[in-house]
Amino acid sequence: MNNHLRALRADRGWSQQHLGDLLEVSRQSVNAIETGRYDPSLPLAFKIAELFDLAIEDVFTSPSKEQ
Amino acid sequence: MRFSPAQRRYNRRVILLALIYVTLLFPAVYLLDRHLVSGPVAYIVGILPAFPVIGFFVAIGACLVEETDEYQRMLLVRQSLIATGVAMTGATMWGFLEGFELLPHLVGYAWPILWFAGLGVGGCINKLIERREA
Repeated sequence: MNNHLRALRADRGWSQQHLGDLLEVSRQSVNAIETGRYDPSLPLAFKIAELFDLAIEDVFTSPSKEQ
Repeated sequence: MRFSPAQRRYNRRVILLALIYVTLLFPAVYLLDRHLVSGPVAYIVGILPAFPVIGFFVAIGACLVEETDEYQRMLLVRQSLIATGVAMTGATMWGFLEGFELLPHLVGYAWPILWFAGLGVGGCINKLIERREA
């Protein structure tokens, strides 16, 4: 699933480790989500969106709308 | 690399279990090889080293339950599934060949050992996937 997490994180000048600390997950988890290697659960997706004060669909692209 | 609290607990448990295993295995081998114990006591002495090995499986299960980082949990699940596949494949193939008397009998505890080796294979596959797709 594509997402804008890397850009959102870069806008704030945060490292993957710092974002991971804020989300209470590992740096590897942040990297896996950013690269689309891992799709987060709904609770974690909500947590990410709320951290950036955005709606989920502003962070993650719906797979049905990717084409 | 930072370990999560669940991974740190897992590491501590595995080290403790390994120490218990060694502590129990050597006396068991010594006593049973020399037939110094017999009857029910021999069974008790013989089964004792199995418990820390069982504990390794419990430790992995506890890590899966306690891990709050869902991605790390997924990696451990994949690693365990690969280990299970390796061990079951080995047991099935050896079992058939042994059944046809093409291979000698292999003690049952070889399969947990192969399972732990499979965990190593799973860890390598996890690393390869991470590097390929990073």
